[in-house]
Amino acid sequence: MNIISLDPRVTRSHIDENTQEGIANPLEHFQTYEVFEQKKRGTHHIHVGSVHAPSAEMAVIFAKEQYSRRGQCVNLWVVKTADVFATEYEDSDIFDTISDKTYREPEAYKVIDRIQAFKERQKAN
Amino acid sequence: MEFTDKHVQGLKDLLYKMADDLLIIGHRNSEWTGLGPVLEEDIAFSSMAQDKVGQSLALYEILHQLGESDPDTVAFTRNAPQFHCSQLVELPIGEYDFSLVRHFFFDHADAIRFDMLATTVVEPLQMVAKKFRGEIKYHTMHADIWMKQLGESDEAKMRIQNTINEVFPFALGMFEPSEFEAELIEAGIFDGEFALREKWLNKVVPLLESFGYTVPNAETIIPEFGGRKGQHTEHLQPLLDEMTEVFAIDPGAEW
Repeated sequence: MNIISLDPRVTRSHIDENTQEGIANPLEHFQTYEVFEQKKRGTHHIHVGSVHAPSAEMAVIFAKEQYSRRGQCVNLWVVKTADVFATEYEDSDIFDTISDKTYREPEAYKVIDRIQAFKERQKAN
Repeated sequence: MEFTDKHVQGLKDLLYKMADDLLIIGHRNSEWTGLGPVLEEDIAFSSMAQDKVGQSLALYEILHQLGESDPDTVAFTRNAPQFHCSQLVELPIGEYDFSLVRHFFFDHADAIRFDMLATTVVEPLQMVAKKFRGEIKYHTMHADIWMKQLGESDEAKMRIQNTINEVFPFALGMFEPSEFEAELIEAGIFDGEFALREKWLNKVVPLLESFGYTVPNAETIIPEFGGRKGQHTEHLQPLLDEMTEVFAIDPGAEW
């Protein structure tokens, strides 16, 4: 029995429904690349996702259609996923901030009034 | 310069063959949607197929301004002998190597043709040529990188080489001269099929050779002409029947 599908292309291909052909095995695919998109020159490249590809050149070609087809983009970076070195989630406590160190954060300084005053003066000039 | 009837006829002939090529290859390539070799390529190839249909619409619109029927009527109510597409674009999608090689040959010709038309005296056509420049550039980049990539493995390279040999006469068929070549050149509308063919050969031959393929000698090959004059392979009419199936149910429907 051949596969009969709503998709005419499948039906006319006369594919036996018990076929083993074309079934992908594990690891029979390309490596992945991480994709970074830059929306404007001078701004940071932002991670937008990943693509499977056999080479970096092809990854860029795929990334353009997957992630930058619509909207603004001026530049793409791709990096092999395997080349990304990452922290472990179990170490995520290294990012905790300790509450009595707020003096190290800019919010702790009462400069906003002075900045505003400076801006006002600039405007007045 | 003032256009004579022959100039206008030549311009319409040029627009029809370009638009028909784009519509038919767009439809053909869209047949891969959902069946592409990997998801990423499926999306890229489908997206380019849509681009092609969009480019054909822009050209059918210029034809409409020149007094031809509206784009839907032109696209969906003609039969095969009324189409001016080259036989290259109507051939079935085959295996993926065939579709890729066709994409490579067609898109380089398309890119050069639009590039030549960026300086045409026909203003709406000049604008269309400029508008699609980036889009078409991506299409040729995509084709080049696939050809290069597949040249790096023995089996793939052999398959692509065989397909190049098989497709080449059809690719040369794209440059079938029209009866208006002299008028188009004289009026500054288009530099003609011969000039396009030379530029195309100077582009695709060194490129394919740099990827390790050999290209048949264009001077000794008999091109598959006929498409531009409405002589098509048996593959075009079934394509048109399928493409217009929904439209034909109710041609007057408001979409």
